[in-house]
Amino acid sequence: MGIASSTIAPDLSGRRVPPLGGFNVTALKLEIRRLTRNRRTVIISIVVPVVFFLVFGLNQSYDTQSVGNGNASALVMISLALYGAVVATTFGGAMVSIERAQGWSRQLRLTPLSPVAYIIIKILTALTLGACSVAAVYIAGTVSGKPSMSVGLWIGTGFSVWIGSLLFAAFGLFLGYLLPAENVMQLIGLILALLSFAGGLFIPVSQYAQGVQDVAKWTPLYGLNELVHTQLLGNGVDWTWVVNAIAWLIIFTGGAVWRMRNDTARV
Amino acid sequence: MTIASAASGARGISGTVPMAVDLTALHKNFGRVHAVNGVDLQIASGEIVAMLGPNGAGKTSTIDIILGLSQPSAGTVSVFGMHPRHAVSRGLVSAVMQTGGLLRDLTVRETVEYMASLFAHSQAVPEVLSSAGITEIADRRVGKCSGGEQQRLRFALALLCDPELLVLDEPTSGMDVEGRRSFWSAIRKDAEQGRTVLFATHYLEEADAYADRIVLLRRGSVVADGTAAEIKAMTAGRTVRATLPGVTEAMLTGIPGADSVEVRGDTVLVQSTDSDSVARYLLTQTAAKDLEITARGIEDAFLALTGDDTPASTGAL
Repeated sequence: MGIASSTIAPDLSGRRVPPLGGFNVTALKLEIRRLTRNRRTVIISIVVPVVFFLVFGLNQSYDTQSVGNGNASALVMISLALYGAVVATTFGGAMVSIERAQGWSRQLRLTPLSPVAYIIIKILTALTLGACSVAAVYIAGTVSGKPSMSVGLWIGTGFSVWIGSLLFAAFGLFLGYLLPAENVMQLIGLILALLSFAGGLFIPVSQYAQGVQDVAKWTPLYGLNELVHTQLLGNGVDWTWVVNAIAWLIIFTGGAVWRMRNDTARV
Repeated sequence: MTIASAASGARGISGTVPMAVDLTALHKNFGRVHAVNGVDLQIASGEIVAMLGPNGAGKTSTIDIILGLSQPSAGTVSVFGMHPRHAVSRGLVSAVMQTGGLLRDLTVRETVEYMASLFAHSQAVPEVLSSAGITEIADRRVGKCSGGEQQRLRFALALLCDPELLVLDEPTSGMDVEGRRSFWSAIRKDAEQGRTVLFATHYLEEADAYADRIVLLRRGSVVADGTAAEIKAMTAGRTVRATLPGVTEAMLTGIPGADSVEVRGDTVLVQSTDSDSVARYLLTQTAAKDLEITARGIEDAFLALTGDDTPASTGAL
């Protein structure tokens, strides 16, 4: 037989599994660099919301129009920060579709990196870009001098927008695992524009016809949009908003886990 | 199969050395398709084994199971005595795939840095780049690299964790002859340090030239397992060819030692395991001339063993 006569004993004792399932800062840094390297992603998630704010948030009457604990300009700024953060985190999550198409996720399965560590890296990457979107819109707001609210509200609303966008990192991951093609990004742009209108980010839901309002209240950005504005509006928290946000978080996370488990195809 | 006993012998000598790969009664079904149909395979540490078979023979499905990328439908798999996934997390196993597996928007260096960051132990990035000959293109985006450069990068990534077992799935498909030769000389040099290598191929000459041992797969089963010489011997025999004007098959029924006779015009082709007797008969008892005797190559052995007309019971050695 062709068995090598002198079997060499491999040294298995020194072989260890990396800590934290392979999660590390180098990989995270490279992922963030990758995401920001994509000019299209940067434009659509940072430049576009800032431009929208400059166009729609600086309306002459907005700085005098009082809204809750601030003015109308602040309300528009929060909406557009949420829009930017949602686009950023969805794109960040949906990057997995490109990784799958290029066989990278398969390559990663031949390393110690655990699926949980990989997802955490993806979510942190998405949240980093999300933070940049929020910061960009809020800086534009500060520079313009139009939005008016207390310092506590600037910080509180900015932070809740950022944390809330986590929901859409899960959405992006779900879409990234669900949709095969690389043109998933174009599709996401369209889906998010529709969801933003339905969620009341651009026009308050109360201005839609009753039938449209009834449908809009079930869409994934509605609850989140209401929640991030509640500090400014001082109108309290309606439990349906919380249910909406949590239900969609469960749906997106469950969907992402389900698709990820089925993701064993070769490329 | 005598491999099992040889393996346990090896184990006895060196104490508790587990097999690099140990597959028993392995099955993998995709719906009603039996991609892997009862494969038993033991690979000792340090062997270079070629898994040879036509497309759809179950090579890739078997490799996926060894790498922990898919679960067997039935049977057991262990790599260095552990679950494949555990062997992968310890950096004991790595693989070079045919295509893909690289991100186009990372540079070559970033790709190596990324992969290196995931292992508990890995070689230094600059050394990896230089030994793979990709230091000059380290700052180039992977998407801008040629096919050969990408393959060198894949190879560098596979060696990053200094694996004990290197799995290569059709590693040279798409390479030119020169690229193939230098690739294999690198692999052989590398294996001299004791690395176990398992490669899937459908290039017969590659299996013949570079493997210590060839495992022939057909329809998800091992149909032959041995050295290249042993595989050839399994379908031993030579072809005797001669020119014999006006020949008919009826004239040749009495040839001693002939396994089969074929007449093409004035040419007669005789398959035989006793070519001497056939030649002697043709030259002394007939008007045959221009006689040629050729050995059947591994190519014929491959076709004979993997062809669909071969009964599935064709025994392993």
